Amino acid sequence: MGNQRRFQVWRGDTHGGNLVDFDAEVNEGEVVLDVIHRLQATKAPDLAVRWNCKAGKCGSCSAEINGRPRLMCMTRMSMLPPQLPVTVTPLRTFPVIRDLVTDVAYNYQKAREVRSFMPPKGVQPGEYRMQQVDVERSQEFRKCIECFLCQNTCHVIRDHEENETNFSGPRFLMRIAELDMHPLDAADEEGVDRKRSAQDEHGLGFCNITKCCTEVCPEHIKITDNALIPMKERVADIRFDPLIRLFRRKRG
Amino acid sequence: MTEIERHDYDVVVIGAGGAGLRAAIEARELGKRTAVVCKSLFGKAHTVMAEGGIAASMGNVNSRDSWQVHFRDTMRGGKFLNSWRMAELHAKEAPQRVWELETYGALFDRTRDGKISQRNFGGHEYPRLAHVGDRTGLELIRTLQQKIVSLQQEDFAQHGDYEGNLKVFAECTITDLLKDADAVSGAFGYWRETGRFIRFDAPAVVLATGGIGKAFKVTSNSWEYTGDGHALALRCGAALINMEFVQFHPTGMVWPPSVKGILVTESVRGDGGVLRNSENKRFMFDYIPEVFSNQYATSEQEADGWYDDPDSNRRPPELLPRDEVARAINSEVKAGRGSPHGGVFLDVSTRLPAEVIKKRLPSMYHQFKELADVDITAGPMEVGPTCHYVMGGVEVDPDTAAASVRGLFAAGEVAGGMHGSNRLGGNSLSDLLVFGRRAGLGAATYVDSLGGFRPSVREADVEAAAQRAISPFRTGTDSVGAENPYLLQQDLQQTMNDLVGIIRRAGEMELALKKLDELRRRVQHVVVEGHRQFNPGWHLALDLRNMLAVSECVARAALERTESRGGHTRDDYPMMDPEWRHALLICTQHTNGPEGSVRVERKEQVPMRADLVELFELDELKKYFTAGEIPGGTD
Ligand SMILES: Cc1cc2nc3c(=O)[nH]c(=O)nc-3n(C[C@H](O)[C@H](O)[C@H](O)COP(=O)(O)OP(=O)(O)OC[C@H]3O[C@@H](n4cnc5c(N)ncnc54)[C@H](O)[C@@H]3O)c2cc1C
Ligand code: SF4
Ligand code: SF4
Ligand code: FES
Repeated sequence: MGNQRRFQVWRGDTHGGNLVDFDAEVNEGEVVLDVIHRLQATKAPDLAVRWNCKAGKCGSCSAEINGRPRLMCMTRMSMLPPQLPVTVTPLRTFPVIRDLVTDVAYNYQKAREVRSFMPPKGVQPGEYRMQQVDVERSQEFRKCIECFLCQNTCHVIRDHEENETNFSGPRFLMRIAELDMHPLDAADEEGVDRKRSAQDEHGLGFCNITKCCTEVCPEHIKITDNALIPMKERVADIRFDPLIRLFRRKRG
Repeated sequence: MTEIERHDYDVVVIGAGGAGLRAAIEARELGKRTAVVCKSLFGKAHTVMAEGGIAASMGNVNSRDSWQVHFRDTMRGGKFLNSWRMAELHAKEAPQRVWELETYGALFDRTRDGKISQRNFGGHEYPRLAHVGDRTGLELIRTLQQKIVSLQQEDFAQHGDYEGNLKVFAECTITDLLKDADAVSGAFGYWRETGRFIRFDAPAVVLATGGIGKAFKVTSNSWEYTGDGHALALRCGAALINMEFVQFHPTGMVWPPSVKGILVTESVRGDGGVLRNSENKRFMFDYIPEVFSNQYATSEQEADGWYDDPDSNRRPPELLPRDEVARAINSEVKAGRGSPHGGVFLDVSTRLPAEVIKKRLPSMYHQFKELADVDITAGPMEVGPTCHYVMGGVEVDPDTAAASVRGLFAAGEVAGGMHGSNRLGGNSLSDLLVFGRRAGLGAATYVDSLGGFRPSVREADVEAAAQRAISPFRTGTDSVGAENPYLLQQDLQQTMNDLVGIIRRAGEMELALKKLDELRRRVQHVVVEGHRQFNPGWHLALDLRNMLAVSECVARAALERTESRGGHTRDDYPMMDPEWRHALLICTQHTNGPEGSVRVERKEQVPMRADLVELFELDELKKYFTAGEIPGGTD
């Protein structure tokens, strides 16, 4: 029942590698990850690949398919051009470990540098009250499955590895926005200015709102419009609003 | 032998799902140096996939809810086989555990008055599931992950080291537990990335490894669910209970073939979705069992009235516990009233406006649209049963989560008892939090009780574990009879699916045991290609050993239990038998049989405490208990 398709899968490790051709059977309804699994079971038992949920929920199976950053489990074979071979390569921005598996430690390191949620003092567990409209903005960002496709795509680090130290990438800038918009986050009371830290410590300024991150997000989160731009605007307010500057000088 | 990377900890938690992370948070907050070890990346554990919600009787939507009602529902759902003490602790503590998540930064959907919103689910009398759309598991795991980070930031501020007191070892698989006489002394494993070995020396180990669903062909579970924790416990001398009870979720996707088994959340039904057969009949009305006859509606009109007026109408039968619904679907398909691809229809499109569906069930909408070309706001889904959850697991002390081996603890899906013969939806996520915390506490208290003493690791055991782990890389020898790990796994999955699946018969289970024996012999000849760096073939070869051990437990216990109850249905013994209600089947490893051979023994349940018995009507208890067990009544 299946038809044959040509696959070109990148195989290799830290020392280098190349595209390897495979002919694979493809059945109705299948996604790229199904075919990768079939290759593992029949032709390349040691083909390295990450996956978990196979339903677009865990963000493990990120790769570049025909050059586009995508989740392998959510890419239907039927949507790829039938005449061409299907190329599957590892995320380009992160160092390869083996085959389709890359070293994404950068992301976990950045995650750790974003100051955590600060619970409001004096509000007991069970007494948190928030309106749905007020939580919705942050909830959009919390849909993030940490597939790191946006991180992989953003040109600030894709083309300039050296920016990695100073730039946390769209996913973690968005995390700051999420906390900043959390109705009960007590950063202000603790003297932490999340917007400023986005600018000063996480490299918000590097972002020139190209929206490439938004385009690849499998959760369809409006990263640029809803997280990055509003934060940029607010940072600009703080910087240039003379009243705020005066206020800050007094406090500081 | 080359030097093996070694780490010393107070507590090692195996598993970074909800249970493992909550345990680690507790142990670290109690001042214990804690390691978390997991097979996938941090934040990708199975918990991330949970959809519907977390059950906790906060009473935000219906103020009549209370821990007593939750306790009752849980016991009913498990057909009174549950460890009542676990069910009690769970019902009492779940609200605190959920509220605590808000202090870690969680953002649940809200009620009008700004509290955590709660939704209806099968078997729960009141709207009880705290949720975030249909991605509650993601919220849970991210919140706990971020709490771990927050603790690490505290440590960094104090000692300049993020990982000094709490470290996550991601993509690291534990293959053996280490012991000193009768106590746990550590764990042995390998890094997936490099294939290098690693050992942890620790007096307390918490198993939080999740389930066993990958032993079945049609399953909602991921590659991680190979029953590692179950098998580790068994090999180290601990006991497993209730292994015959496997939950088949009634609604998995059935088409296209490549997504067969992927879960369709129960929230679809909780929010109004109905099940129909090919004759367009809402067939669940024909499947309300005697024991539940008082709680479920008998007409469509009454059922539909319940959503708005639950006080004067009974619940729709689509919301019966999962075992009932799964069996009903199975019967409809068998009777020739199934959908084109061998399931039944689940329809929400005629029940709710499209915008509401997209808002309440966004990931279901997305999943069907992208994977099956079905628009669930415009037409029905096709669904059928899928292996989802194992009720059986490590036998633990309810209060401390301690297993029968000293220093070993277990929480979450890998632990047994809490759910009896069948788990209610939403009761797992709350279980993870309640017993994850208790396991962390139990482990920390145990470490304190040792004073400065530390059980030691025997070098010979480490050596043996290393040998076992590399054995699939046999070179040269017998490439003729070499077995491919992927094919072995497929054979195992097919066997369990066909012979120990949703409906069971003695003859088939005996055949399954024979096949498992054969598979065990074949696994001895498994050979993997390539080298040790991130080699999935090798990883699978090692997991096979665990899958076989748990499959054997399931098959043996299922053969032994000659009745039908919850997640164990026998064609040859179709009735529930009160004599079996008070009996548990315990699996342990034969001390002098071949590796992996399992012994099953019967053990009496501890009778339920009187004040808990009083929470039920006598008439209801009579349906489950033997005459002798009913207080004051021997009629
Ligand atoms: C699709 C789906 C939807 C669900 N929806 C709900 C719901 O709405 N509500 C609900 O209450 N329940 C739900 N459940 C059930 C619930 O999600 C699981 O039972 C629960 O998440 C299990 O959590 P856990 O902490 O026990 O294990 P997991 O979250 O599965 O974590 C197991 C961890 O152990 C690690 N591990 C395993 N073996 C090893 C090893 N050998 N070495 C090192 N690490 C190891 C894994 O890497 C992983 O980190 C759902 C389940 C599925 C599959
Ligand atoms: S919008 Fe900003 S963060 Fe997103 S890809 Fe462009 S530069 Fe990067
Ligand atoms: S924001 Fe979107 S693309 Fe980026 S990591 Fe999250 S889910 Fe992936
Ligand atoms: S496997 Fe989980 S997102 Fe693809």
